[in-house]
Amino acid sequence: MSETPVDPDQVRHVASLARVSLDEEEVTEFTEQFADILGYFETLDEVPEVEREPELTNVMRPDEGRAGLSQEEALQNAPDTEDGHFKGPRVS
Amino acid sequence: MDYNAYVTEERIEGAEEGRLAGRTVAVKDNISTAGVRTTCGSAMLADYVPPYDATVVERLKEAGATIPGKTNMDEFGMGTTTETSAFGPVENPAAEGYVPGGSSGGSAAVVAAGDADMALGSDTGGSVRCPAAFCGVVGIKPTYGLVSRYGLIAYANSLEQIGPIAPTVEEAAELLEVIAGPDERDATTRDASEALGDGEATAITGDVTDEDGGYDFVSAADGDVDGMEIGVPTELLDGADDAVVEQFWAAIDDLEAAGASYHEVTLPSLEHAVEAYYVIATSEASSNLARFDGVRYGVSGGYDGDWNEAFARAREEGFGPEVKRRVLLGTFALSAGYQDKYYKKAQDARAWVKQDFDEALGAADVLASPTMPVPPLERGESLDDPLQMYLADANTTPVNLANLPAISVPAGETGDDRPVGLQFVGPAFGERAVIRAGSALG
Repeated sequence: MSETPVDPDQVRHVASLARVSLDEEEVTEFTEQFADILGYFETLDEVPEVEREPELTNVMRPDEGRAGLSQEEALQNAPDTEDGHFKGPRVS
Repeated sequence: MDYNAYVTEERIEGAEEGRLAGRTVAVKDNISTAGVRTTCGSAMLADYVPPYDATVVERLKEAGATIPGKTNMDEFGMGTTTETSAFGPVENPAAEGYVPGGSSGGSAAVVAAGDADMALGSDTGGSVRCPAAFCGVVGIKPTYGLVSRYGLIAYANSLEQIGPIAPTVEEAAELLEVIAGPDERDATTRDASEALGDGEATAITGDVTDEDGGYDFVSAADGDVDGMEIGVPTELLDGADDAVVEQFWAAIDDLEAAGASYHEVTLPSLEHAVEAYYVIATSEASSNLARFDGVRYGVSGGYDGDWNEAFARAREEGFGPEVKRRVLLGTFALSAGYQDKYYKKAQDARAWVKQDFDEALGAADVLASPTMPVPPLERGESLDDPLQMYLADANTTPVNLANLPAISVPAGETGDDRPVGLQFVGPAFGERAVIRAGSALG
């Protein structure tokens, strides 16, 4: 298996991109495991370039209104609401 | 005995009449049920109650089925053992002390234990076939686009299908008939009547269309494999456990005795299927699971700091280790500087796997392999070594990459009574071919 150096700062960076807080123990564990797993992913280098057939085509349909969730249904699972809105954390 | 197979035991009654009237069909807990909580095996969704039914649930109810409850699963479908659930691991009723396989472990366990007549699972990289194999029951992963995913909480959309689990091939085929068919709410489904009724595979066996049209799967479960040609990809036997390989060849002998013949075939692309699968699946997961921010549903991250901090706290609290691991791996694979190296190469590998399968299925009605290269693992065995767990998916993930149909049927046991499963893979919409092959062993 080829060397894939992964350091704790990389794991912290990716975790911040993914918006997942990690404690130090998780950072250590993931650093070790990711080196293993990404090292294994390296074997993808051996895959030849393959001509991919474009087998997908766009399918259109008319844009018609139909019944959706009521406001009450849409809000029923929210941890917090205010005046019929979702309540979220501040933006900055 | 309590196998911890249900997350929620709450009965949902279907119509009074219908082909499934009087029968129970347990539903995996990532498939939405209106008014009954749907957790995905995650603390994130422990209190989530969907306001609508998945299309497959609507179809079960219309067919008269009773849903006895929602089955336990690896968190968000991410696992091969049903040990990553926030609601605790599931026991294997067919092999005590061993895992039931995953991620639809609860669904396979309730069927194996006889607590439900049938069940629905979902299969992203083997999650129906693996637990079916480990629990000694039948599971089908349909062709991509045969069954609606509307209301299935997404893990990796381009790979997954909902599929049936049942004690026999015929019952699995029957349940597939109920849930299959196009759905305007899932644009990746299509009317497959023609493709199903007139597939190349059935043409080779000389049994072409059926008068009932393409969606008739039950009549294919006739055990008639006389003249069937079976391809055996050697790559899927190479790394397999001896006891599993022994049962595999014994089953092929039985099929030969029934008039089928087999030949070995090499599919070099399969060596790269597991890594391609994990790159693609985790990449899609990192995008799909971005919706869990604790605002519209799920665990709230509170209001301290800005939204990035609050979301990161919600996800720290709501997600278990395997989900964090896969979201981070996917984010890594898609991040600047790594996308070409991982994601693009994985898409090349996926196209290669498809080509290899197409070629092999040009010279065979179905391909056969052990469903899992190993017998059921001991509980706890793979939790500390995620890569080891990923490698156990070597035989199932290629099928998802190629969007093909496959069935897992019981094929004996190892010397210490652990169930072994055999997998048949067919061409796209060749459900009848894999059902027919499977029924010859059932």
